[in-house]
Amino acid sequence: MTAPALEARDLCITYPPRQGRGPAHAVDGVNLAVGVGEIVALIGESGCGKSTLARAFVGLVRPTSGEVCYQGTTLGYSSKAVKRFRRYTQLLLQDPGGALNPKQNVFDAVAEGPRLHGLRAGLAERVETALSQAGLRPPAQFAARYPYELSGGQQQRVVIAGALALEPSVIVADEPVASLDASVRGEILRLILDLRTSLGLSALVVSHDLGLAWNIADRVAVMYLGRIVEQGRAEDVLLRPRHPYTQALLSVLPGTDADPVVLRGEPPDPTAIPAGCRFHPRCQRFAALDTTDGRRTLCTGQALAILPADAPDVACHLIEQPHG
Amino acid sequence: MREEPAARAPKALAGGPTTRPLGAVGRDTLAALLEVRDLHVTFRPDVRAVRGVSLSLDAGQTLGVAGESGSGKSTVALSLLRLLPSSAQVSGEILVAGEDVLRMNWGRLRAVRWADASIVFQGAMSALNPVRTIGEQIREPILLHDKVGTRAARERTAALLDAVGVPARRAGAYPHELSGGQRQRVMIAMALACRPNLIVADEPTTALDVIVQAQILQLVTDLVHEAKISMIMISHDLSVLADTCDALAVMYAGRIVEIGDSRAIMAEPRHPYTRALSSAFPAIGDPASRLAPSGLTGDPPDPRRIGPGCPFQPRCAEAFDDCRTRDVELWPAGSGHAACLLVLPDRARSASPTRGNLAQSGEAAS
Repeated sequence: MTAPALEARDLCITYPPRQGRGPAHAVDGVNLAVGVGEIVALIGESGCGKSTLARAFVGLVRPTSGEVCYQGTTLGYSSKAVKRFRRYTQLLLQDPGGALNPKQNVFDAVAEGPRLHGLRAGLAERVETALSQAGLRPPAQFAARYPYELSGGQQQRVVIAGALALEPSVIVADEPVASLDASVRGEILRLILDLRTSLGLSALVVSHDLGLAWNIADRVAVMYLGRIVEQGRAEDVLLRPRHPYTQALLSVLPGTDADPVVLRGEPPDPTAIPAGCRFHPRCQRFAALDTTDGRRTLCTGQALAILPADAPDVACHLIEQPHG
Repeated sequence: MREEPAARAPKALAGGPTTRPLGAVGRDTLAALLEVRDLHVTFRPDVRAVRGVSLSLDAGQTLGVAGESGSGKSTVALSLLRLLPSSAQVSGEILVAGEDVLRMNWGRLRAVRWADASIVFQGAMSALNPVRTIGEQIREPILLHDKVGTRAARERTAALLDAVGVPARRAGAYPHELSGGQRQRVMIAMALACRPNLIVADEPTTALDVIVQAQILQLVTDLVHEAKISMIMISHDLSVLADTCDALAVMYAGRIVEIGDSRAIMAEPRHPYTRALSSAFPAIGDPASRLAPSGLTGDPPDPRRIGPGCPFQPRCAEAFDDCRTRDVELWPAGSGHAACLLVLPDRARSASPTRGNLAQSGEAAS
């Protein structure tokens, strides 16, 4: 069996205490793998730790415990090791307008990565290839332009070209289309799919948008308060969700016929993780349990095991006998 | 309900006084709460952001305005309360309860803002004053408009916060102490503070998470229905609007290209642009969109260089020769209206008697 392109093993990331609060357990035990040529969508609300996890995957955040592996090799954090690793794993950020330097033209923006990695030979060709792979054709027409002369979709393509210029094997995209217009969204997602086909790229796409997962992902992992709560094939997770949180997320999508389960309360606080199942204070299935039901003590008292990376699974005490 | 296309003369669609594009059939004796007639907005030097928008809204009705950045949807929203910068040239009529907002004196305009019509802005963090508590900010319009004492204003503030689901004890909190969802709730409480008849919500849930978005949309829908407030909601997400609003208007390049009943438009969009927008947010479970995101090629037109013909034509998969030269006004399509040569009856499509009317209405709108 070939090793996954990118893998997190028992990953924990804790931020130090601040302003009188306890330490924030942003990522609190995660196993997640992105296979070679696979597109995985990591779904969750703001504050669930998905962006921290994405940053850990590209070596920008050092895990408190656990490890990140690239093609089976554990990532080291010496500056040399990180630099070598970053050639192969590229991060795409949410807001292309903010990710590009306004005083740098398209050529320099795309060439920055290769220059930092000392790939000076054939730089012009490298940039040209990357631009055309990102759908900016003909490349010569774009190379001398500045970000303000480009539309939002074109800016995101420049950011993608910048990533492609290093010939990476994995792309980690943090909300790649959240700041783009509806009509451009599809084009950028199609580009990610096309790159997988033409270059064999693997991708981890972080988003709160379940429609995006349906559009491009092979596998979906749903994250809640630092843990993956459900993980499996996109069709299974999106069409037959098993975890009450996934079910709630899907039920509130506009245009869904099912009765919406609107979760009460605010997004969870990683400095105060509830005991037992971390979702139980907002869980509709827990709330529907009879007060005498013995399973309540499981939900409130017994922590759930961390899900494995290699098989579809759900973290819920009530999964055997679905309620309601 | 389907209307006979022949029942409407194309000329009336250009925005004449009889235009009632939004299902107000049989209620013509009542004045609409909001009536926009042939609105044009031009920013210096020649950016034509809005190019002839007409719409009307009855009491208690909700209208969603969809479109991408630069379509002019937010410009329309801001112009309703005359909130555009003074450099903008605005023409047309905006009647709120029969009074023209564009021609009001300053004092009257200030009285109308908040009390008759209020607005919920997109970014709650930048719309709220960071150095004043949310209670003070909600109280301010109440004290200014309703001439009530501080105590009564405090009580109403508490009731408003309660209604939007923020604990009333948080009235002393500053905006930065609240979460994004709570701040958006505070914005809604402020908009409701003086019991307006019309609320304009400009992208109220953009930048919020799915669950918080669902909470806010549910809240807005409940409040609006309870108090029979009319609402115009602006968004780029057609599916959000279709879920929340009775009627939908889709804007492209400064014009409404399709308008009608929400459900009818979602079930059968008539304008190719509406079709593209509605498929941009896929229905989960639809095999056609699985591993096949759909989008539009190209970019929206530059508002400084809108030439003759249909502005959507360069990106339209269904365009034909005539689209390059002929510009179409809204025309009956299904139960609503669409501005596209494809919805014209065949006789009109190939140079016909109606063409004269079309040309006239085109002039009237430009």
